Amino acid sequence: MSDDHSTGEDRRGFLKCMAWAGTGALWTMSGGVAASVSLDQAVAAPAAAKGFSFLQISDSHVGFSKPANPDAAATYREAVGKIIAMPVKPDFIIHTGDITQLSKDQEFDDAEQIIRQAGLTVFHIPGEHDMLDEGAGKAYLDRFGKGTKGAGWYSFDHRGVHFVALVNVVNLKAGGMGSLGPEQLAWLQKDLAARPASTPIVVFAHIPLWTVYADWGWGTDDAAQALGHLKRFGSVTVLNGHIHQIVQKVEGNIAFHTARSTAFPQPVGGQGPSPGPLKAPTGQLHAMLGITSATFVPGHAPIALVDSTLAA
Amino acid sequence: MSQRLFRAGALSLALSLVFLTDAVIAAPTLAAAPAPSGPTVKIDNFVFGPAALTVTVGTTVTWINQDDIPHTVVANDKSFKSRVLDSDERFAFTFTRPGEYAYFCSLHPHMVGKVIVRPA
Repeated sequence: MSDDHSTGEDRRGFLKCMAWAGTGALWTMSGGVAASVSLDQAVAAPAAAKGFSFLQISDSHVGFSKPANPDAAATYREAVGKIIAMPVKPDFIIHTGDITQLSKDQEFDDAEQIIRQAGLTVFHIPGEHDMLDEGAGKAYLDRFGKGTKGAGWYSFDHRGVHFVALVNVVNLKAGGMGSLGPEQLAWLQKDLAARPASTPIVVFAHIPLWTVYADWGWGTDDAAQALGHLKRFGSVTVLNGHIHQIVQKVEGNIAFHTARSTAFPQPVGGQGPSPGPLKAPTGQLHAMLGITSATFVPGHAPIALVDSTLAA
Repeated sequence: MSQRLFRAGALSLALSLVFLTDAVIAAPTLAAAPAPSGPTVKIDNFVFGPAALTVTVGTTVTWINQDDIPHTVVANDKSFKSRVLDSDERFAFTFTRPGEYAYFCSLHPHMVGKVIVRPA
């Protein structure tokens, strides 16, 4: 597979790379700029020794069993299998939400059991599917909320990089999109205030922090305020999930990127009757996910985070 | 049902026929599931349909989620709020006061609808 990539992308290599439904992106921090390669490439040859790497997985939807993917736990397991197979372990994993389908204890249990196999620290943030219990998020926070603020936001430092985990899936307003809320925004401002502008920042949240497609709610109403606090930093990488496809954009020093799901694809914004799961005969699920990978830059060259829709 | 039929018997023949027909159709549905007796709003492709529904006071409206993704039905003023509705699950609410009730899905807040309740 690495041969296919080193000689440029061809159709066979492209399809081979996407021959599994579970997808993830390996992020490499080098000189404060995040670059990503596909998991398969990372498996074939690990990222350069400089800096460090971490992994983003998203939208595992454990418990989902509808036609678009009759067994989301299985594809999540497949994704984790890819992580286990990596010759050089990333430092940790971030999961950008929608761990479960319906916030059921069994789903959380299953998801934890699957990701635990990777043997890595996992940083979670909730998606809207993780806050559906009667306690409106209690099930998630009981498991992952230790040491976090509010609905589960927090920050941490790792080898010179400041990571900020935001929650934009609670207290949503009618007619609106994702929301951070004033309390979290005030916390963010304080969290960033003392840091020098040279600190590389990685922000992760479930729903995109820029408006990908407003009609389907693919954005965050008060993201502009959060981005205002981030503007002065030289390198900011924003990693999101929710839309089950890769979309990138660069705005000033801020690079935005959404990850694929390990469960099922969703249509490109506005293409199709709704943002619901894309239904395909089981045999075509991988091929459909493969479509979105075409724009993923193969090989080890850092990808430029450009404003283009990568799903096709 | 029997009370209804008894009442129907005391009315004109035409009316009683209407009630009898109603009884015949309704009976098997009732046996199978708690069929909504009033109007329904279908949740399909992340859309409430109809987006605006007009009813009279005392009407019970039932929402049915026909998507592969869970949704909720939450009044903007919090006067009613469903639990999370997985595929094919329902939520019913009886409107006892006239007014205009805007509501949305708290998971996908771009999904909005309203129920206009007129005096009986």
